[in-house]
Amino acid sequence: MAVTVNAAIIDEKDTVVVAIEKINAGDEIIWRDRNGDVQKITAATDVPMYHKVAIKEMLKGTEVVKYGEHIGLAACDIHVGEHVHVHNVQNHRENL
Amino acid sequence: MEKMTFWGYRRPDGRVGIRNKILILPASVCASDTTRIIASQVESAVTFNNQNGCSQVPSDQQFTMDVMAGYAANPNVYGTVVVSLGCENCQMDLVLDAIKERTNKPIRHFIIQENGGTISTVEKAVRAAKEMAQEASLLQKEEFDFSELIIGTECGGSDPTSGLAANVLIGEMSDRMVELGGTSILSETTEFIGAEHILARRGKTKEISDRIYQIVHDYEHAIKLVGHDIREGNPSPGNKEGGLTTLEEKSLGCIHKGGHSEVTAVYDYAKQVEPKQGLVIMDTPGNDPSSVAAMVAGGCQIVVFSTGRGTPTGNPLAPVIKITGNKVTFANMSDNIDIDASPYIYGTKTMTELGDELMKEIKEVADGKLTKAEALGYTEMAIARVCNYM
Repeated sequence: MAVTVNAAIIDEKDTVVVAIEKINAGDEIIWRDRNGDVQKITAATDVPMYHKVAIKEMLKGTEVVKYGEHIGLAACDIHVGEHVHVHNVQNHRENL
Repeated sequence: MEKMTFWGYRRPDGRVGIRNKILILPASVCASDTTRIIASQVESAVTFNNQNGCSQVPSDQQFTMDVMAGYAANPNVYGTVVVSLGCENCQMDLVLDAIKERTNKPIRHFIIQENGGTISTVEKAVRAAKEMAQEASLLQKEEFDFSELIIGTECGGSDPTSGLAANVLIGEMSDRMVELGGTSILSETTEFIGAEHILARRGKTKEISDRIYQIVHDYEHAIKLVGHDIREGNPSPGNKEGGLTTLEEKSLGCIHKGGHSEVTAVYDYAKQVEPKQGLVIMDTPGNDPSSVAAMVAGGCQIVVFSTGRGTPTGNPLAPVIKITGNKVTFANMSDNIDIDASPYIYGTKTMTELGDELMKEIKEVADGKLTKAEALGYTEMAIARVCNYM
């Protein structure tokens, strides 16, 4: 059945999806996982188009994962459905 | 994969061009207005505003010399008329030697201070360029294999759709070029930061992996020398508004342009790239016009450029094919953007279908189709530098 998605995931390890339309608090966030199965959560906050939203709980200091890689650390506890951006993510230079 | 071919111009140095331009090359800022006047008089002549070429520290002067020599050697150029003022650091004999190290194509030169000033120099240089343009027009196109193509890749004005679709599409194209025996250049060292370990993993040899770490380290160090942290300006306010949070995130989206192939070489800024090399890296800034200029100086005939926010960037010598994954930007800037990759995000086109479309576009552009940036006459460019004038 055709399902209209409003978010996209890049890698199965990711803790965030990307909103592909503007999402309002309370909306259903719908995306297809890498197997093509439909996944849904409820938006806890507004999420601008093309911004990230948490699909996993991230405790303060743990990694935010996109592209299957670490893009930063949670600056506070981030809950499922919340907008993820500069207000709750901090840069973290990994030791290489 | 099915063989692909295009119609191009064979050059005496063995390379193959897809345009047949006469380059009026200013050796320094002091010759740039003169070359503008000259180029405006001759069909198929192009020039650019060279803001450098004098009073530069040696490493910066080397960037300028390599871009100048590389432009003259770019296979889209039939021949070059070099114009210098006379007293600049990039002396005419140095410029000519640098060009001759890279190519044996036609070259003429004029020094303003030795030719009685602007009007007399313009007269002589226009005549030389006019003769060259007529010679160039006699050249017939021949059919060549896609392996002769060197494609430069770039992203500018990125947003999350760049990493979701446009750069994924460029990566698909890059992998196909490698498979066809051609060359794809991944650029923008600043945007490897945070993702360099992922890229280094794909180095063909340990030396290449080490070199990837080295160019990132050196770039950050060069900016630190003048007291700044490269992360301060990056991601830009526009990137953040578009949803990119950290440099790591932006970088991971950026290196998608290199597809999944192994990295076979790392080139310094604007150095001449060997054809038929697969995926290579060039050490360039994330600043678009100066990164594109370096790859064109490296010899790429076409640039494939992704943008999220939308940009008009072109180049004097190489057609720039613009791609966006942002459907709003595509609608908003359709005058400037050639390909819409957003159907990938919405699941209405597969990456294979979009890859086919892009390869077809590259073939058509190689055969002579003007990109939107070309049709609008965009030729802006810049040359990288790290230091103030001496």
